[in-house]
Amino acid sequence: MADICTPFRLVGRSHVLFVLTPQPPITVWLGELDTWIQRSQGFFDGKPIVLDLSDVSLNKPEFIALIGDLKARNIPIIAVEGVDSELLDPELPPLMSSNRSSEVIEAAKAEPANALTVPQDVLPEPTSLVVDKPVRSGQSVVFANGDVTVLGSISSGAEVIAGGSIHIYGTLSGRAMAGVTGNAEARVICRKFNPELVCIDGTYSIIDDTTSHLVGLPVQAWLEQDQMHMRELA
Amino acid sequence: MGQVMVVTSGKGGVGKTTSTAALGAALAQTGQTVAMVDFDVGLRNLDLVMGAERRVVFDLINVIQGQAKLAQAMIRDKRLDTLFLLPASQTRDKDALTEDGVAKVMKELTANFDWVICDSPAGIGKGAVFAMQHADLAVVVTNPEISSVRDSDRIIGLLDAKTEKAKKGHDVEKYLLISRYDENRATSGDMLQIDDILEILSIPLLSVVPESQEVLRASNLGSPVTLCSPNSAPAAAYRDAARRLNGEVVALTIPKEKNRLFGRIFGRRAA
Ligand SMILES: Nc1ncnc2c1ncn2[C@@H]1O[C@H](COP(=O)(O)OP(=O)(O)OP(=O)(O)O)[C@@H](O)[C@H]1O
Ligand SMILES: [Mg+2]
Repeated sequence: MADICTPFRLVGRSHVLFVLTPQPPITVWLGELDTWIQRSQGFFDGKPIVLDLSDVSLNKPEFIALIGDLKARNIPIIAVEGVDSELLDPELPPLMSSNRSSEVIEAAKAEPANALTVPQDVLPEPTSLVVDKPVRSGQSVVFANGDVTVLGSISSGAEVIAGGSIHIYGTLSGRAMAGVTGNAEARVICRKFNPELVCIDGTYSIIDDTTSHLVGLPVQAWLEQDQMHMRELA
Repeated sequence: MGQVMVVTSGKGGVGKTTSTAALGAALAQTGQTVAMVDFDVGLRNLDLVMGAERRVVFDLINVIQGQAKLAQAMIRDKRLDTLFLLPASQTRDKDALTEDGVAKVMKELTANFDWVICDSPAGIGKGAVFAMQHADLAVVVTNPEISSVRDSDRIIGLLDAKTEKAKKGHDVEKYLLISRYDENRATSGDMLQIDDILEILSIPLLSVVPESQEVLRASNLGSPVTLCSPNSAPAAAYRDAARRLNGEVVALTIPKEKNRLFGRIFGRRAA
């Protein structure tokens, strides 16, 4: 039988990217990064990371050293932004063409790889996602289009990443990252609070002496002027 | 068609092999035919716990590679004539397993036995995935400690993603077997409470097997605890589990749990 010719296809697809924004001095920033990695083991595994260098000014050797430092921590950088193009060469990650800074590039649900090419512009994309199973250790739910409601629990070692708010009817024992598309109004609300990490629009918090009294309670977390607030749900 | 049941856990040393042997024997005692398959290639154990280590001629890998027929490799138990063992290879590693080979063996087993019990290796790697691939139901073995519970959670996620049933959009039935439960340590707060484990894992509880010297004694004698010490507490727990797997409704007994619950209610009131 003759070979069937597969048509060449170039499909536009939007993904959630995570942006790291180093702050001067770099050594201190790397120290903070290490603390984060220790608390959130495996967080960077397989996540596409963009490096935003607009807050630091680096010369080429410093820039190459930083990329190396990140690689040594198993953080592969797929692109950079906020640098002069002369700092770059083909060996280094490419420059991001977007001119928006420190924000996720485009927020839409990733399509399944073999999605039919039926025009879908008739129906608006759903803006909320309901997860009717527990999110188990090792699993990651990513929904950039809006709110995520989890009917069960988010286990230790599991994570939910949402463009909007995250509502958890069970226990939050893993990581909840809300407002990742730059939405500071997003909230994290759960029936039982015991998180490994709560993050809203890049501001993160963990359980420490000031929040440990909330463990086991129904809690909401929100941002006020870039400050994370957490309170028992009345 | 027989049912395929995987005994799995994520974490090592929690009691998968012990449970495979004890449940296999308890199911075979009801007259059903049972084949136990050791998937722990390279670290075989089930033959030792069954006291069959000197009777191993061919193994799972030999069958997969066509060097032996399934019937030649199956070892019939000396105590129960409806109980059979397909041993793992001690000298090969799990790369010798192939998807097609495992599928073929499982098909032949389910055509000939009421139950096919797969003893999974520890971890979440290839070996564990092979063991669960054809399962209709899963017994998730957990010890009452946080690392074991977390690994079980991970395994449940894999059961919902990697099994043939899950890939076809069906659910693998999942049951929790809490093993090595120690009433004293549970009361003193050294161990996770059963309620907490159930809340985290949210799958139905099959049985609670207490920590017991009888289990060690049985495995040293090469006999499943359900046969070796039928009157012991762990044997009763495994027997109840087997009855539940057969669809019977059996009241759950948790060793001394009542005292603890009472203590907790009492404590709350006083506060
Ligand atoms: N209820 C119990 N009380 C006391 N000891 C037990 C109990 N259950 C299992 N053990 C002991 O724990 C050890 C590990 O058990 P077993 O080999 O069944 O675990 P496993 O999950 O199959 O381990 P692996 O992951 O290495 O395959 C053995 O020494 C066994 O005798
Ligand atoms: Mg074992």
